[in-house]
Amino acid sequence: MHPIRMEAMGDGGLRVVFGSSISKKINQKIRAFTFLLEENKINGISEWVPSYTSVTIHYDPARLTFDALKKQVMQRCNEAKQIDIPPANVYEIPVCYGGEFGPDLKNVASHNQLEINEVIDLHTAGEYLIYMLGFTPGFPYLGGMNETLSTPRLTTPRSLVKAGSVGIAGNQTGVYSLDSPGGWNIIGRSPVKLFDVTKKHPVLLEAGHYIRFFSITDTMYETIKKQIKEGTYEVKMVKEDDV
Amino acid sequence: MTKETLCYVKKPGMFTTIQDLGRFGFQSQGIPPAGVMDYYAFTIANMLTGNHLREAVLEITMTGPVLSFASQAVIAITGGDLQPELNGETVPMWKTFTVQEGDELSFKGPKQGARAYLAVSGGINGEEVLKSKSTYVKAKLGGFEGRALRKGDKLTFTVPCNSLSTGKGVHSELIPSYPSTQELRVLEGQEYTAFEKKAVQSFFTSAYTVTNESDRMGIRLSGSHVTQKNKADILSDAVTFGTIQVASDGQPMILMADRQTTGGYTRIANIITVDLPKAAQVLPGQKITFKKVSLEEAHSLFLKERKQFASLALALEEKL
Repeated sequence: MHPIRMEAMGDGGLRVVFGSSISKKINQKIRAFTFLLEENKINGISEWVPSYTSVTIHYDPARLTFDALKKQVMQRCNEAKQIDIPPANVYEIPVCYGGEFGPDLKNVASHNQLEINEVIDLHTAGEYLIYMLGFTPGFPYLGGMNETLSTPRLTTPRSLVKAGSVGIAGNQTGVYSLDSPGGWNIIGRSPVKLFDVTKKHPVLLEAGHYIRFFSITDTMYETIKKQIKEGTYEVKMVKEDDV
Repeated sequence: MTKETLCYVKKPGMFTTIQDLGRFGFQSQGIPPAGVMDYYAFTIANMLTGNHLREAVLEITMTGPVLSFASQAVIAITGGDLQPELNGETVPMWKTFTVQEGDELSFKGPKQGARAYLAVSGGINGEEVLKSKSTYVKAKLGGFEGRALRKGDKLTFTVPCNSLSTGKGVHSELIPSYPSTQELRVLEGQEYTAFEKKAVQSFFTSAYTVTNESDRMGIRLSGSHVTQKNKADILSDAVTFGTIQVASDGQPMILMADRQTTGGYTRIANIITVDLPKAAQVLPGQKITFKKVSLEEAHSLFLKERKQFASLALALEEKL
C-alpha cells in the first residue's frame, strides 16, 4: 500500500498525499478521509480541498500547531481505512448534442472516424467520476471518458464558451460552469447550471460522486431551461449501487 | 443600525472593489476566496475605524476614485500611498479623519505601493454572498453587483452607534514602507525538487521584474528562467494565496487573492503569510527577490504579528 505523505503548503496549509496518479482507488481513500474530516471536525481548520491525489487542509497556525494537526490527520487516515462510506450519487445531466450548442460534434466524430450518433452514444454511455472541482466555481474534473472519443484541444481557443457547454479535450470531458474562454471541443450544451449563485447551495456537484449524461432534443432543452428558471427542475440523482 | 448613503462615485478609478477578508469554506467547490490583497493594511484600517475585523472596505488600485460624500463619516485610509486628498487638501494615511456631506475625496496617484484601503466607521455595505462581501469579478459575486465600481454608483454604510474620535493613528513603526525592490520570504513548494538545481539557485539569487500582466489573480514575473527537470505540467492540485507557479515558459507567477482554487503547473515555492501584504503592494516594473525560510520561522513571524495586532487593538480601544 502507498504510504500517506504529509507536507506543508505555505505556513497555513497541510497537503495530505494519497498517491501519485489518477485512480478510483485513490479517490475512494480521499472520499473516506474527507468524510471523516466533515464528521469529526478539527478545531483550527478552515477548509480542505480534495484533488486527484491529495487533500489540502487550510488551518490557522495561531489556533492549531502544524504538529498537532498532523497527528489528528494521521488518526483520521487510520480510521478512514476501517469505515464504510455512503454510496456515491450519480447526477443525471441532460445535454442537447450538436447543432448550435455543439459546434465541434462533427469534428470529434470525424477525428475519431465515428458517426455523430456513435459519439453521442459513447458519451452518454459513460459514467464519469468527479475527481475534484476547480478551475472555475463548480467545474468538475471528470474521469472515465471512453478513449475512442479522445480529441485534441482546439488550436485557437474560443474567447467565449457559454456556461453549460459540454466539451472534450484530449482524454477528458467536462462541463463549463461559467461563461469563459476555452479551447475544448464543444459537443453539446446542458440547460442545467453547475453554478447558480441565486441558490442556497450554488454548486451542484460534489467531488467523489458521478455524472451521467443523457441526450435531449432542442425542445426539451428549452422546456428544462424554463423549468430551471421557474425553480421546478431537479437534477435526478441515483445511488451508484442502483446503476 | 441605520443604513445611509455614504457617497457617490464621480470617477471609479482604475479598479476599486468592495472586499473583506475573503470567502472561505468553498474552495473545494472551486470558488476562490477573493478578499483583500493586503490583509495587513485592511486589518489596521478596520481597527482604526473601530470596526469588526471582518468588515468590508474599499480596495483601491493604483489610480484612485473620486468620491463625493453624502453623509458625515469617520474614515481611515491605509496601505499603498496613492496620495489621498480631501477637497484638494492632502489627508494623512493610517489615521482617522472625518468627512462631511459634500466633501470630495480624490487621489493624486501612486507614490508608494499599489493598493490603498478605505474603511468607514460602521462599515461599507455590500452584497454578502456565501458568507462574504468580497467582490469576485470573474463569477460576478459579492460586493457591489459583483463588479468594480463605476461612475454613478451609490455606496451605503451602516451608521455606527458610537461616534468615533478622529485623528487616531498608529505608531510609525507599524506603517510599512513599500520599496521598489521587495524581498519575499518563501517556503519550499510542492514540486521544489522537480526543478533543475541551477534553476533553483538562480530563483533565489536573481531579481524578478513585476510585469504589467499582474492583477488580483496573480503577479506575473519576468527574469531568470526556472526550468523543470521534466515537464511543467502536474496533475491539477490545490494552490494557496502566495503559491509561486512556474509554467513551461520558466517564468514564475505568484497566485494572489482571486487565484483559481487549483492549478496545473509546478509549484516552486509558497510565500509566507506575513509577506503576502508586501507582494500585494508591488507595482509593474518593480523588482522581487526570494529568500527561503523554515516553517518554524514562518509560524513564529505569523504569531508575532497576531500579538502585535492584539496589542494594537487594545491600545486603540483605550483611545476611544
